[in-house]
Amino acid sequence: MILTTESPTNTGSTMADTILTAQELKQHYRVKQGFFKPEATVKAVDGVSFTLKKGQTLAIVGESGCGKSTLGRMLTMIETPTAGAVDFEGHDLLNLDKQKQAELRQKIQIIFQNPYGSLNPRKKIGTILEEPLVINTNMSQAERKQKALSIMAKVGLKEEHYNRYPHMFSGGQRQRIAIARGLMLDPDIIVADEPVSALDVSVQAQVLNLMMDLQDELGLSYVFISHDLSVVEHIADDVMVMYLGKVVEKGKKADIFSNPQHPYTQALLSSTPQLNADKRRTRIKLEGELPSPLNPPNGCAFHGRCIHANDRCHTETPTLQSQKNQLIACHAVEEGRL
Amino acid sequence: MSLLELNNLSVTFGNFKAVDNISYKVEEGEVLGIVGESGSGKSVSSLAIMGLIDFPGKVNADALSFDQQDLLAIDDKKRRQLTGADIAMIFQDPMTSLNPCFTVGYQIMEALKTHQGGSKKQLQQQAIELLTQVGIPAPETRLSAYPHQLSGGMSQRIMIAMAIACNPKLLIADEPTTALDVTIQAQIVDLLIDLQRKKNMGLVLITHDLALVSEVADKVIVMYAGQIVESGTAADVFSHPKHPYTQALLQSLPESAASKSRLNALSGVVPGQYDRPQGCLLSPRCPYATEQCYTTEPATQGSIERQVKCHTPLEMTPVTETATGSHPQ
Repeated sequence: MILTTESPTNTGSTMADTILTAQELKQHYRVKQGFFKPEATVKAVDGVSFTLKKGQTLAIVGESGCGKSTLGRMLTMIETPTAGAVDFEGHDLLNLDKQKQAELRQKIQIIFQNPYGSLNPRKKIGTILEEPLVINTNMSQAERKQKALSIMAKVGLKEEHYNRYPHMFSGGQRQRIAIARGLMLDPDIIVADEPVSALDVSVQAQVLNLMMDLQDELGLSYVFISHDLSVVEHIADDVMVMYLGKVVEKGKKADIFSNPQHPYTQALLSSTPQLNADKRRTRIKLEGELPSPLNPPNGCAFHGRCIHANDRCHTETPTLQSQKNQLIACHAVEEGRL
Repeated sequence: MSLLELNNLSVTFGNFKAVDNISYKVEEGEVLGIVGESGSGKSVSSLAIMGLIDFPGKVNADALSFDQQDLLAIDDKKRRQLTGADIAMIFQDPMTSLNPCFTVGYQIMEALKTHQGGSKKQLQQQAIELLTQVGIPAPETRLSAYPHQLSGGMSQRIMIAMAIACNPKLLIADEPTTALDVTIQAQIVDLLIDLQRKKNMGLVLITHDLALVSEVADKVIVMYAGQIVESGTAADVFSHPKHPYTQALLQSLPESAASKSRLNALSGVVPGQYDRPQGCLLSPRCPYATEQCYTTEPATQGSIERQVKCHTPLEMTPVTETATGSHPQ
């Protein structure tokens, strides 16, 4: 069950080559509001840039509706961005011919949130795992089975599970299957969209351990999408906090958690319950909820819930600026009002 | 006399004991946290208190009393009058527990009408007051809103308004914040605790979020596979867990391990109907299991304030120490 193989080639954080760069990624959806009304635009992701380093984990944090899952879908080329550029090892992912795109898609795989919904209940585990190989490679049936079994062993599944159906597995095991499916094509990057939020704590720990082991062993880079800050604090190298389609704070994990600067990050951290009484922060009470992306507020999207907001925040949209060790999009931080 | 007292309550479905001889008490104005993984019987035990277990489920208990009334002895009609009025419950998923076909105003007024009656105007006035209490802006206009027009946080506030409509003495909140975002979760928890203090209600908070329980609960019960494995004051249980399961739960939290290090995961899963082990139910997963654990079920030891169901409870050592070092062997 537990993987203890230590890889000599990858030593985690010392490998710091950039593997993926996203620039000003945007995803705007047109939505019909009614027969006689004009179409509206939902800016699900609005100008997000980041770099992902090889063998490291970038965590994307935010509440539901902030665009973090849309971002993951763009990176895996499930959706085509409205604007922006994604560079993966020197290839511009958005301007590729079909063949090259199919080839590179194999290198960026995704794990979905809900292991109960993301596995086809009519297919056996073996079939689910081999499907990517059938589509993308010319392997023979025997080779495919061998590959599937070896990956199953890697994620802590037994050989006899090969012929079982998804309903015969528990949530944690299903998430292992989903991870195995993501690994079938030997990817470099795994986009994990809330991989543990549907699991119980003890099972969550098993899956997080597995993900960390695989990262060490295979040198994977993770884009880890989560709303659970204690999980992020454990697994991430870099953290990016999103609010309503925009990045509000970005930096090294240690800096963000020890010295959060953006009022939203501060509120998020203080709202997370802490077991350890010493680590509890004074609760910053946020009024209201995430505004509708159909009708976002002018200026800073957060100003309606922010105690530090002034006139400038109501009119002018803040941009990401370097403050100390982080990048922060906040007028109050910029002006030194915080 | 305690507000709620259960003695050896069991809920069985056929041959399967979903809840296995649990006993606890809730006093007035007290917050009791019940924690455990899915399948540990947290929800089923509270449904049993509410009287919401239907055939083929069977509820058995030596004693089940609420507010000096014996819930086992009173007739169905009386029981029905208690449920929803003096004992109220908030369910996990606000989106699916509200009826999509009726306005939220209608649903709140329905609760009031059933239990206390009154003219339509009075009910409407009361509903508006309730919505104000739970912090919903513009309550007059919200009354005519349908559940799909509200966000998750708003729907949960409506659920809370319905639950506190008849001034319950005991409020059972079953994972009230699991479906919500952290900032909204903080708002809802603050609201619940605030109402609980104002009305001096007993609050049973069922959750799998240990950190949340440690912040708000007075007492805590840890459940595993239908049994109470440990109980005590929240501070005591979380700082000095005596049961290996409690310890394992705490250690598997990411915040209790150094960053990027392996987490102390408990292997395996909660046993279900067909793989219930003999002896101690945790024995196949327990790192400390002895011969005795595989054969005989442990008795519950300790005083009523601090109980543990284990043959070899852990010593009083802080969680931060390594698991192997803290165990008497």
